[in-house]
Amino acid sequence: MNEAQKQSVIDILNLKMYFPINRGLLRRKVGEIKAVDDVSFAIRKNETLGLVGESGCGKTTIGRCILRLYKPTAGKIVFNGTDISKMKEDRIRPLRSQVGAIFQDPYGSLNPRQTASTIVGMPLIVHGMAERGKYNERVEELFRLVGLDPSMMDRVPHEFSGGQRQRLGIARALACQPSLIICDEPVSALDVSIQAQIINLLENIQEQLGLTYLFIAHDLSVVQHISNRVAVMYLGRIIEITNSRELYANPLHPYTKALLSAVPVPNPVIERTRTRIVLKGEVPSPADPPAGCHFHPRCNLATTECTETKPMLRDVGNGHEVACLKV
Amino acid sequence: MAALLTVENLKTYFHSYRGLVKAVDGLSLYVNQKEIIGLVGESGCGKSVSMLSILQLIPTPPGEIMSGRAMFDGQDLLQYEAKGEKMSSIRGAKIAMIFQEPMTSLNPVLTIGRQLTESLEIHLNMEPQTARERAVELLRLVGIPDAKDRLDAYPHQFSGGMRQRVMIAIALSCNPAILIADEPTTAVDVTTQAQLLELMQEMVTKFSTALVIVTHNLGVVARYAERIYVMYSGRIIESGLSDDIFLNPHHPYTIGLLKCVPQLGETREEKKLVPIKGMPPNLINMPENCAFLPRCEYSLERCRREPWPPLTQLEGQHYVSCYADIREKP
Repeated sequence: MNEAQKQSVIDILNLKMYFPINRGLLRRKVGEIKAVDDVSFAIRKNETLGLVGESGCGKTTIGRCILRLYKPTAGKIVFNGTDISKMKEDRIRPLRSQVGAIFQDPYGSLNPRQTASTIVGMPLIVHGMAERGKYNERVEELFRLVGLDPSMMDRVPHEFSGGQRQRLGIARALACQPSLIICDEPVSALDVSIQAQIINLLENIQEQLGLTYLFIAHDLSVVQHISNRVAVMYLGRIIEITNSRELYANPLHPYTKALLSAVPVPNPVIERTRTRIVLKGEVPSPADPPAGCHFHPRCNLATTECTETKPMLRDVGNGHEVACLKV
Repeated sequence: MAALLTVENLKTYFHSYRGLVKAVDGLSLYVNQKEIIGLVGESGCGKSVSMLSILQLIPTPPGEIMSGRAMFDGQDLLQYEAKGEKMSSIRGAKIAMIFQEPMTSLNPVLTIGRQLTESLEIHLNMEPQTARERAVELLRLVGIPDAKDRLDAYPHQFSGGMRQRVMIAIALSCNPAILIADEPTTAVDVTTQAQLLELMQEMVTKFSTALVIVTHNLGVVARYAERIYVMYSGRIIESGLSDDIFLNPHHPYTIGLLKCVPQLGETREEKKLVPIKGMPPNLINMPENCAFLPRCEYSLERCRREPWPPLTQLEGQHYVSCYADIREKP
């Protein structure tokens, strides 16, 4: 194990997650959806890795594989030195205390019949981390940490606004002091004026507690703002990964360029000078992805070579990796 | 040039068990010919309700258009019977609308062709055969491949972006004077969003249609809109040319909105986001004074004492509804 790997909280190696397509009376397997197809990356301690891509590109599936809500088809997920990809169900549970999760929908992800304090404190009870007599104290501390008044502990979710609910979700994710938190679209369901509050909260508690995030979102400007490094996904594969400054200043993959140019900027002066690359067509079905480079049917650089050879991620310097034959 | 549509002092209230909800409370705006307008605000600020009111699509009860005028073609649309013939001849024909959810706004049990030809047959009295030919042409215009075969497909056979293209085709089928797009790209991915916005801009130029983009995303309107209205809690709080709003905002809410969204190319080390404190107000039984007051950083004693400030002209087309002069503050 080299120096860089030692520091990483999680190492994903050649992860594959295929879902079977069953059809007909006997539900025979007729094909596969390659939701995640040979993906490798690492997240270092105290780092935020952003995972962006359009819907259906497999970013949420990666998050769920790390939480072991899915059993990966192949590949390794090395978490704090142990491979968890093939671990048995009974051994996974204690692991989940070390990986927190924040979900997109602050309405659907909280049990409407539990009180706020039960929601936040439940992981402590489940994982046996509630010290006798210290439980209430810890829950109050978690409330304060996410900027909620502990006097609201006995309320139920519908009494909270969307932003406050997301704070509850964050408090719950923090309860067991996890070493990694998976944030799956944590702000996309919120109003713009509330989004900034939650982004700032996530940034502040990260600095305060030394947390590591995997930040999954489709909004490139949000991801770029919060992340140290960003991985761009297209149809189950990572096509470019680099630090977020570099991604904006020097995007290499034609898809990344198109994605960046499609993000609207709230400034008419900048918008007037920007050229927008409008991609033709739509994202193909992951059940029947194009051969070679998945992006070739929509790419303006594509040649015959691209239709045959699958491009691998390669380092072009300073840890900037790109999977394209033409750059 | 006279405005195509002028809305004056529109008030739409909803009667709920918990009290009166003033969803739209004295909204005025105008739309010129061939102009692209942005109507911006957070969820619940009344942007959709105001547009639905103009077309008399508000469910009554519980909703009620209390007062106001919507002058179009020399006639007040709000005087028409909601289900009457006159309103129907405007709705969908002269003023068309695109909704956010392309899945729920298309009928799942009718073919695309049927839904496209319907308005052509009703509004333009076309023969079924001519309507069908026109429908193929429209689908081709909005960039749907194999338009002729796709006419007999059902909405579920289309992707989200394609459905929204069909919606655009339906909306433009009768060559309307105004197209209202209510959050047209909220449910789609960014690259599809870019495709759709470019398409809409191209189409309204081609058809000489005015376009009203209703959105919560300031970025979406920055590229396309010539004029922008910013709404908060049922009222317009600032309006002006796109440059006025983005480069020289004067209402504390507009300023806050611009500061709280991350901009592409800015990382957290360079610029922390400045959130607007608090949350959008509950519209039930609102007090008389400025609804933004509890969240405002520039608030004055006067704001507490006096009712909601009227929209006042700053310069040219730039209007703002605020007592505080933000130029006096750092």
